[in-house]
Amino acid sequence: MSERKRMTRIASFLKIFLALFFLVMMLFPFALILINAFKSRMEIIQNPLSLPCSLSLDNFVTAWKTMDYQAVLGNTIYITGLSQIVLILFSAMLAYMLVRWNWKINKLIFFMLICAMIIPFQSLMIPFVSIFGKLGMMNSRTAMVFFYLGFGMPMTTFMYHGFIKGISKEMEEAAMIDGCSNFSCFWRVVFPNLKPISVTILIINILWIWNDFLLPSLVLIQEKTRTIPLSTFYFFGEYTAELGLAMAALIMSVLPVIVIYLFLQKYIIAGVMDGAIK
Amino acid sequence: MHKEKTKQKSFGVFALFGLLPLLAFVIVVMIPFISGLLLSLTNWNGVLDSIKFTGLHNYAVAIHDSDFWASMKLTVIYVAFVTILTNVLAFFLASLVTSGFKGQNLCRMGYFTPNLIGGVILGFIWQFIFTRVFVFAGQALGISLLAENWLTQPQTALWTLIIVSVWQNAGYMMLIYVAGLMGIDQSLIEASQIDGASNWQRLLKLKLPLMVPAFTITLFLTLRRAFMVYDVNLSLTKGGPYNSTQLIAMHVYNDAFVNQNLGPGQAKAFILFAIVAVIAMLQVYILKSKEVESL
Repeated sequence: MSERKRMTRIASFLKIFLALFFLVMMLFPFALILINAFKSRMEIIQNPLSLPCSLSLDNFVTAWKTMDYQAVLGNTIYITGLSQIVLILFSAMLAYMLVRWNWKINKLIFFMLICAMIIPFQSLMIPFVSIFGKLGMMNSRTAMVFFYLGFGMPMTTFMYHGFIKGISKEMEEAAMIDGCSNFSCFWRVVFPNLKPISVTILIINILWIWNDFLLPSLVLIQEKTRTIPLSTFYFFGEYTAELGLAMAALIMSVLPVIVIYLFLQKYIIAGVMDGAIK
Repeated sequence: MHKEKTKQKSFGVFALFGLLPLLAFVIVVMIPFISGLLLSLTNWNGVLDSIKFTGLHNYAVAIHDSDFWASMKLTVIYVAFVTILTNVLAFFLASLVTSGFKGQNLCRMGYFTPNLIGGVILGFIWQFIFTRVFVFAGQALGISLLAENWLTQPQTALWTLIIVSVWQNAGYMMLIYVAGLMGIDQSLIEASQIDGASNWQRLLKLKLPLMVPAFTITLFLTLRRAFMVYDVNLSLTKGGPYNSTQLIAMHVYNDAFVNQNLGPGQAKAFILFAIVAVIAMLQVYILKSKEVESL
């Protein structure tokens, strides 16, 4: 019996050791960027593993100014935020229509949305650039929101569709008998019930749009319209030699998401798990 | 099912609930897709006024482009390693963080962290790690394997991409496996313990067959992500050295936008789409047929 006990103790020790080992493997790159963001170029070249001599924020201040970080953050919040609102509102409404009205065209629409989900952006981007370039929609943050509505709505509608199919119609029917119109019935009765799936969708879509690179790199050419991934890309390209600045820029671009993650990690992990299974 | 009394009323409902998102879908997805199809069948190059129908000429150009196939070969190697390594690691991590120890939720959270951040930034982070940190540590400790910058050598540069992609994706796939493992009926596990099954037997005969639905999703996602990777490729290696890491998405991008070969570029994009679609559907089909009804 004691032999067996010792084995389980060794096993649990091994388990924790492995878990910690992988935790270090997953996080050490971030830690290294963080310690080097406080150092000068020479310090980094001499020893990228040493701790900084002082916690000077010079690199951050310079990177903030050169990147115009405030504006860049504003652009990213604007595009990501507005895209979420339109994606949630319009996809939920469309999904409701597809589920609750038994028109023939609904089957066709649903089928086309599923097909569209497997088309990669790369096979659309060449005509996309020439069409919307000619229409003068480049460099517009609001046009980006419209593009994200188009690219994001197949998946978002699909997820709402699955969820709405599973909720009972009795409440809606009761509301309609009481004289509620379709539209207000949807917003007052149905939409509040969609909260769990809305949270999941929100998390998945925020992670996607906040971090997206290829689409904004083709649309947002002007410097003042750039989002965080874009401006980090240009900044890093220009200041590769100024290692300290580049590290500070990386930390600044990672920080907003990490801070939010620290507060909402439970919801984010649950949301991603739910979203992937559906 | 709701029903409207008249055609007008039905149309009213449609306009209210569906018109705007469908309009966005048609303008943003359908029109570029159809024009892409037409573009790949003509000699259009962005400025030409007299557009002529050239049939499958662009596809022929694409198929006879040796750079395209060189890039495709690299991509297949990359995809194979990334798919296998990511899923092995992710499954292992998922078993670890569902085995029940203090701090397993913290580990889940930590392993998932790379997924919060865009590929471009992750690529830059690792560029620093490979060029500065590893080289420094290699020289200090006298490990010759690390002392040279992996990004500057064609033999190792592809491996840097594989390492970063596995590191990036493992946490995401882990969460899907965690959901699968937690979905397994606990009484089945207990029954197997009473029957005296070893841990290995339990894994191979019980957990893996019940996890097939999770594998269907993770393999689909890893295959698709790996075939289409662009961000990490761009910021970590830029396709270099000497095009030794120019994966297919980057090849299509460069062919179309740098070399201005719009027609052949579009044809390549569709060939790539077709290959990915066929592989993904085949994989889903095969795994679906292996799913067992859980009792």
